[in-house]
Amino acid sequence: MSAISITTPIAMPAWKRGALIIGGLALLLAPLWLLESFQLFQLTMAVIMGLAVLGLNIVTGYNGQISLGHGAFFAVGAYATAIPMSLLDWSFWATLPISAVVCGAVGWGVGFPALRLGGLYLALTTFSLAVAVPQILKHKSVDAWTGGVQGLFLLKPEAPAWLPLSPDQYMYVVALIVAGACYLLVWNLLRGRMGRALMAVRDNPTAAEAMGMDLATLKTRAFAVSAVITGMAGSLAAAVVEFVAPDSFTFMVSITLFVGMVVGGVASIMGSVFGGLFVLFVPNIAEAISRSAPGIIYGIILIAFLFVLPDGVAGLVRRITARLRRTKGREKS
Amino acid sequence: MDAFAHQLIAGIATGGIYASVALALVMIYQATHHVNFAQGEMATLSTFIALTLIQAGFPYWVAFFATLVISFVMGALVERILMRPVQNAPVLTHVGVFIGMLLIISNMTGLIFGYTTKAFPTPFESEGLLFGGLVSAHELGGTAVTLAVLTLVYLFFAHTSLGLAMRAAAYNPRSARLVGIRVGWMLALGWGLAAAIGSVAGMMVAPAVFLDPNVMLGILLYAFAGALLGGIDNPTGAVIGGFMVGVLENLAGAYVVGTELKLTVALVIIIGVLVVRPSGLFGRVVFSRV
Repeated sequence: MSAISITTPIAMPAWKRGALIIGGLALLLAPLWLLESFQLFQLTMAVIMGLAVLGLNIVTGYNGQISLGHGAFFAVGAYATAIPMSLLDWSFWATLPISAVVCGAVGWGVGFPALRLGGLYLALTTFSLAVAVPQILKHKSVDAWTGGVQGLFLLKPEAPAWLPLSPDQYMYVVALIVAGACYLLVWNLLRGRMGRALMAVRDNPTAAEAMGMDLATLKTRAFAVSAVITGMAGSLAAAVVEFVAPDSFTFMVSITLFVGMVVGGVASIMGSVFGGLFVLFVPNIAEAISRSAPGIIYGIILIAFLFVLPDGVAGLVRRITARLRRTKGREKS
Repeated sequence: MDAFAHQLIAGIATGGIYASVALALVMIYQATHHVNFAQGEMATLSTFIALTLIQAGFPYWVAFFATLVISFVMGALVERILMRPVQNAPVLTHVGVFIGMLLIISNMTGLIFGYTTKAFPTPFESEGLLFGGLVSAHELGGTAVTLAVLTLVYLFFAHTSLGLAMRAAAYNPRSARLVGIRVGWMLALGWGLAAAIGSVAGMMVAPAVFLDPNVMLGILLYAFAGALLGGIDNPTGAVIGGFMVGVLENLAGAYVVGTELKLTVALVIIIGVLVVRPSGLFGRVVFSRV
């Protein structure tokens, strides 16, 4: 589970790489014309949840600090976008830097006491953060800003005039752009020195420290980066849903992200995408059965994955492709 | 002044509840080095079972002890079926299994017993308040039951050979196995005992706050705060910490932050303890050799 997988870059001809990129873009943009507006909204939410899971994956998957409180960063991001947009009429894009700074600061602040804790205690402490968030948002000392229990309404950003897209379609594109940028940044961060340092701290903190790594700095920074990514997802969610309220950010958000991470694949960037799709579409299907069903099905799937597929969907995909490649190699020789 | 005294005593009464859940947490910690997130949900389920038994016409104390036995079996089964296979897995897996259990148990409780809040009877009925209006009979009785449970647990761990074997199994499983202790069964026993203690807490808290499937979530966090405050490896400390958190929460709720921020008090206590004194008031400072 904690093995560091090093993917060897396979030499790929330029035309093949170009074709892959164009094909991928076509696949991502096709839903714009193929899906109804509600389905497109759901897909946008899946992209957003995937991004939030990616944030969690940085600190929990790659750095081994178990957080059950990432819903809090999601909420901070959402409010950091909703407050300027709704009260000060800012544009959506202008709120993103604010949201990143605020979330980074909050993440760093949470990461600091987290240094004292390992494993289960950190999980419980972050869990109590997740439980406390709606209460704090509702409190009367901040309700002039947060809108209290009623929450805040805002409007989706409009597509610029030269783009013939409806607000839903435009929002899907916006989510793809922001998420794409975040995935690229995280991928760059994790494949380099920083990523290896984070994994070394996770797998053997003593050895990492002996090699001269500063555990405290690495861990608090991991928390800050992770909070920024999850906060970006929160910002997008606020704009897509056009509404934020304390009761949309109960501890279930944090648990959902955790389930998404485990099901998608711990310490896997692709896994975050699968996780986002899972947490958005499976509860919808389950809700059709009964009110309690999503929770029960979540729980059962979570435990089943931990027992049978601890490296998640991403691990399964990896194994299948590895097997295919092997058989292909044998046929050739 | 009277109002203050009443808040204080009410705090001690709820503190008793936190103390017993904190004790259940510390018990599991001592027996298995785990902190069970689903402890609260398991206790809620037990309390619903007790309510069903009482409504089926059993006398209160029969239902009480039957629930203890059922909870014990339930806890031990959870250990055997769910925790055993992932015994040597990373902590992340344990957290995942706890969260899975939390989701399954709390939603099952809702599915079977419904989401409406229900009144739960207390065995300590009385007319009005005792001692000049300071304390209700239930608060007094509940605290007495909690203290009795705590005493029994202390006696069990400190003065029986089974208690000693359980401590040994947690402290050093390999050596314990070498001297013939069935370590696996000790873990199951620890889970069973913790579930039984949790069910007592559930049955004592339910008359005061009414029963619904999510009632124990906040209580679990307060109990965790209490356990940390007292020192997670120290049962006596956890009990004192639980009482302290109860009093603090009540006084802060009444005079400082208002009732709507009560849960945040738990968060502040947890973070405060961890930053200022991570081993708690009565915990041992652990050094590890690398």
